Amino acid sequence: MSEAARDWPAALYAALKAAGVRIAGYVPDAGHKRLIELARADPAMRAVALTTEEEGIGLAAGAWLGGARSVLLMQSSGVGNCVNALGMVRECRFPLLMLVTMRGEFGEFNPWQVPMGQATRPVLEAMGVVVQEAQRPEEVAGAAEAAARLVWGSYCAVALLISQRVIGIKSFQEQAAQ
Amino acid sequence: MTATLRRRDVVRALLEGRDGLLVVAGLGSTAWDCTAAADSALTFPMWGAMGAAAATGLGLALAQPERRVLVVTGDGEMLMGLGSLATIGVERPANLAIAVIDNERYGETGMQATHTAHGVDLAAIARACGFAQAMLVRTAAESEEARRALLCAPGPVLAQIKVVPEKLPLVLPPRDGGLLRARFRRALLGPAADLQ
Repeated sequence: MSEAARDWPAALYAALKAAGVRIAGYVPDAGHKRLIELARADPAMRAVALTTEEEGIGLAAGAWLGGARSVLLMQSSGVGNCVNALGMVRECRFPLLMLVTMRGEFGEFNPWQVPMGQATRPVLEAMGVVVQEAQRPEEVAGAAEAAARLVWGSYCAVALLISQRVIGIKSFQEQAAQ
Repeated sequence: MTATLRRRDVVRALLEGRDGLLVVAGLGSTAWDCTAAADSALTFPMWGAMGAAAATGLGLALAQPERRVLVVTGDGEMLMGLGSLATIGVERPANLAIAVIDNERYGETGMQATHTAHGVDLAAIARACGFAQAMLVRTAAESEEARRALLCAPGPVLAQIKVVPEKLPLVLPPRDGGLLRARFRRALLGPAADLQ
């Protein structure tokens, strides 16, 4: 396994830094655990814990009004919390990069995760967000780099869905032990 | 207690001689109040995204730590984004202030009562969230004190300003979101913003 595959969050974080991201809003997810740790340990990154993902849409919009690039980290369940606020992103054409770790998608053990997990892509697409996917650990960083170019090169809202295959959580017990 | 302060007077006093102040105006009457004071490229009036005004102010305050950021929003809009008060209390941006123009009503939808009409105390919530300063304002003297804190005191600051529930003539800012975003960035960041 390559280094990029073994420590995909570190490669992903390096891609965010290279893209000039300096504010990271997040609602924690087990799949984002290491990425959040990297962001919080970096004095040049302002990591902002949110009470709900919807706040992250305002945070990103305000950051761009002030000239700063930001990223928004969430689990797929959080996409549903953002829907109306995404209307502002579309109407104002705010660039927006969302990194979404998937649940309810590949080998899910919690049935309550399945409805929103299965609705994540259509909900985002209905609100005008470009949806891209990373299915393997070694492709996450490259996908994020391309997504960032689409966001700030072409002023798009882009959600990169990081598959449950990448995150590899198999049971509630394993998740609790993380 | 019957409110006596008038919302347009309060907002006009906040924005006159604004000198570099960056303003986020929550949707509805507070956006019209800001426009009645004077339309400005450095005001970002929201026509939607109810509940997101304070979080938008936070993003702006973090991106521009040397500039004062004032969110002017209504009680209904603030109630929809209560969690963002906790987030702001944790982040403690010294340059962020929130003026809640509280008429205890949903003004755009038929003047239905909001929770503040039943005693929900947004200033106490902000204090409990860790705001540096938060105050409930009912009188002209308190309003003047709040104005100074909102514009100058180390933040985050929140003032919940009780105002007369009144329907006023609409004074509307531009509606085009792309225009509002672009003109704000150009006014703040210069022509280079267009090429970022």
